[in-house]
Amino acid sequence: MKGDNEHRSIRRQRGRWAARAIFFCLSVVAAGFINLQIFSTDLYTLRSSENRLRTITVPAPRGTIYDRHGRAIADNVPGYDVSMLPGPRDSISAGLDRLAERLELSPERRAALLSRNRDRPGEALVVRENANFEQVAFIEERRPRFRRIVVDQRPHRRYPAGPSIAHMIGYVGEISQEELDRPEYAGYESGQSVGKAGLEQQYEHRLAGRNGIRYAEVNALGTVVRDLGVGQAQAPVPGDDLHLGIDLDLQVYADSVFPEGMRGGVVALDPATGEVLLLYSHPTFDPNAFIGGIPLDLWNALREHPDEPLLDRVSMASYPPGSTWKLVMSAIGMKTADLAIDTYQTDTCDGGLWYHTRRFRCWLSRGHGRLNLSEAIKHSCNVWFYQAGQRIGLDPLLAGVGEFGFGRRTGIDLPSERPGLFPDSRQWYDDRLGRGRWTEAVVWNLSIGQGENEQTLLAMAQFYAALATGRSPVIPHLVRDEMLAQQRADWTLDLPEIQRRQLVDALARVVNEPGGTAYGNRLARWTLAGKTGTAQNPHGEPHSWFVGFAPAYDPRIVIAAVVEHGHPDGAPSLAVPLAAGIVDRHLEALGLPPEETPGVRPTEALRVQAGG
Amino acid sequence: MIARLRIPGVGDPTLLALVLFMTGLGIAMIYSAGLVDVPSLATGIWVRQLYWFGVAIVALAVTSRFSLRFVEWLAPWAYGISVLLLILVLFIGTGPNGSWLELGPGRLQPAEVAKLGTILMLARVLGGAPGPYERLLELWKPAAITLVPFALVLLQPDLGSAMIFGALLLAALFWSGVPLFKIFLLASPGLSLLLGFNWIAWGVGFLVVAAGLYVHRLFILETVGVLLANVFTGAFTLRIWDSLADYQRNRLLVFLDPDIDPLGAGWHLIQSKVAIGSGGFIGAGFANGPQKRLAFLPEQHTDFIFSVVGEEFGFIGVILFLVLFAFLLWRVLHVASSMDDRFGSLIAFCLFAVLLTHIVVNLGMAVGMMPVIGLPLPLLSYGGSFLLVLYAGFGIVQRVAWEA
Repeated sequence: MKGDNEHRSIRRQRGRWAARAIFFCLSVVAAGFINLQIFSTDLYTLRSSENRLRTITVPAPRGTIYDRHGRAIADNVPGYDVSMLPGPRDSISAGLDRLAERLELSPERRAALLSRNRDRPGEALVVRENANFEQVAFIEERRPRFRRIVVDQRPHRRYPAGPSIAHMIGYVGEISQEELDRPEYAGYESGQSVGKAGLEQQYEHRLAGRNGIRYAEVNALGTVVRDLGVGQAQAPVPGDDLHLGIDLDLQVYADSVFPEGMRGGVVALDPATGEVLLLYSHPTFDPNAFIGGIPLDLWNALREHPDEPLLDRVSMASYPPGSTWKLVMSAIGMKTADLAIDTYQTDTCDGGLWYHTRRFRCWLSRGHGRLNLSEAIKHSCNVWFYQAGQRIGLDPLLAGVGEFGFGRRTGIDLPSERPGLFPDSRQWYDDRLGRGRWTEAVVWNLSIGQGENEQTLLAMAQFYAALATGRSPVIPHLVRDEMLAQQRADWTLDLPEIQRRQLVDALARVVNEPGGTAYGNRLARWTLAGKTGTAQNPHGEPHSWFVGFAPAYDPRIVIAAVVEHGHPDGAPSLAVPLAAGIVDRHLEALGLPPEETPGVRPTEALRVQAGG
Repeated sequence: MIARLRIPGVGDPTLLALVLFMTGLGIAMIYSAGLVDVPSLATGIWVRQLYWFGVAIVALAVTSRFSLRFVEWLAPWAYGISVLLLILVLFIGTGPNGSWLELGPGRLQPAEVAKLGTILMLARVLGGAPGPYERLLELWKPAAITLVPFALVLLQPDLGSAMIFGALLLAALFWSGVPLFKIFLLASPGLSLLLGFNWIAWGVGFLVVAAGLYVHRLFILETVGVLLANVFTGAFTLRIWDSLADYQRNRLLVFLDPDIDPLGAGWHLIQSKVAIGSGGFIGAGFANGPQKRLAFLPEQHTDFIFSVVGEEFGFIGVILFLVLFAFLLWRVLHVASSMDDRFGSLIAFCLFAVLLTHIVVNLGMAVGMMPVIGLPLPLLSYGGSFLLVLYAGFGIVQRVAWEA
């Protein structure tokens, strides 16, 4: 049995090797444990904490926005956000697949979520903000299938009056990467909501408040297992509330009476302070649709709609002011060209006036006959104002309009106000039309609010407010604030009180005397003063304008309204009844006692006083 | 005291006690692994392991009563059935990798059964040979015996388990006295497979093999065969790499740098290291491991059970377990060494090799020294088939010790 002996000795030797192998292998493994548990334990303890401790942002509720009577225009309601917790990419992707249909995730949204997860793998992924009840129920009923999904309650914006306040309030949306890079959004986190337009944008930093922080222990699925004590938490600071001068009733009323299918806007100010009572643009949209991310197709539909519902026609659009401009002409004429309320022009109105070989028409083809300024305002005679413009002259006119602040922003507290348009010098024409390629006839067009003349509703309202009160022009502002109410524009009407009063009389005659262009829309209880406008434009039927104030001799409201293409030939001017109705409603809401005899109160007494 | 116990068929009561004790610890750890704050498959699964424990004890009791000659007679049957099951599972397998056979109340992993079948068959063939093989060509029988289950398991595909069969063959040849150089030659095509990623590395390896062949002056046929096999496998490396499942490739790549994919394939490795590392010296205490409890630790009841040990018992606990494992391995090796019967001795040594490979690969994986290869930790990981097979093996080893 030599073989066996030999075998035995080989085995003895190899058994010793195997025993050493045990020792060697387990020592190597032990070295691995020593490395992890003795030398690197601090590192891994830290990583363990990072694994399971999450700073959870506690979103601060945005400030509530109230109207002048304390009714909420924008408030917060608890909403449900569906988020997915950090984890292996495969499970994130699979989770999205399972949720896609129910949460209405488009393929684009899904791709965007995955790419955000790639950029910030450690952050919870907000899959859907403001999920509805069915969606939350769907997830909660299938908890075991959706273990990585968290549903948290967060305050969400709500605009109870929806479309009627859309343009002033703007909307909130998820902060964009571009915004995150801007210094004014320092401290914002991706996924956070931020004001995107209107007051929400303008007052973002007051409304936003400060998010709180909470530490929580989470499991691998990110579900909060326990909160780690309130002591370490930092409570969110709610945003400041805003109180507006807006009357929500008036907004809703304007929304309900605005001519169906038309476009336009209307703004009303308190002439004493500049507080905006009403700011409405039509067509409108529902800002609630933006909360939690507006669906792409709806967003595109809003942006590409030919009626531009997102455009605020009060602060962002300008229109040729038409005859409402005649009051600007009157004021400049009185200041610079010796026009008086009873000035007659050389040529009477026979339906038009010849400028060399070109005839400028009056709107009344049979002519107004012989009129003074007051009557020319009442009847809105173009021929009178062509001659007024001629008398003022181009340079004084351009200078005078500039002095009244036209062509600049009024400074309303909205982020996207655009200035109107008015040439500031002859150079303006030379640059655009070429030197020698235009004539002084431009004055005639400018005089009746046409030509190179486009104004915003806000600018017109501001001018009429100054005219109505005789005080320095107020700055329109939405938020009720003592500071803002004290602010005044950097120009003044600078018109003798008697002449201003005469112009007010003329405006009162427009509405309250038979033959006035707005006589059909006079108010039964109060004297409405104002000027209609019919603005020719290259896009179609003339725009319908009305700018005015009431009561004429104690103005509480200034209103400017435009209805695009709202004054076709032979049809009533749509802006006038709209404005008159709003004014009436506002004065009634104020509880203002009706005047005994609404109408023009002649200024004879004043004239005697002044004369005496 | 244990050593004085005489139970028929139980030749090493200390080993038996150790096995039972460690299985008990294992079930305790599986219980702890199930204590998570998140709905988990692992919750309550320790009860099933307890059932399997009962079945395994019966298996141990039965196999320890088999005489070695009966076991030797049984070996081809066991091997044949194993192969049949492996073929069957390719067609009707269930589970994530299709590696389970549904079997009435439980599930069986034929790959585990085949480990025992292959051990018995290798022991029978090598133990029955007149002496240690001298010629490489004589090794065709054990090589073929191993290759069949190896290939079938690889087809599942289960790379980790397949590798065990390779290790088994090397261990059996080693213990049966085949010269180390021959073993090296036999293994060299496998080495070429690894080196094949880089043709320079492969070239160096090839030269070493060739030089060895020249020095040892083997038969021409053997020389040519070994060299050809090396060329062949080296050339196929990249093709095999391409044929691997994505998850398998990822696991191998991630082992090199877990941070290339911290949320994907690297997750297992990173979370295991975090759990073990944060356990520190004394650990978080039984059932209290936060990583496990909060479900950051994946597969915490199966492949990563030892990460729970590391997190909850700390370095002290880890060392205690390592000592227990070392003791277990030493006892099995001792049985193999002290048995004159080559068949019985080979069985014991093969079981030793299976245990050592599983322990090293599993623990190496847990501490991030090895790629994530799904091999369970003997006696600790949840898994009925493996426990059952181990116990059947321990039963035979007890018999070997009894007959020694």
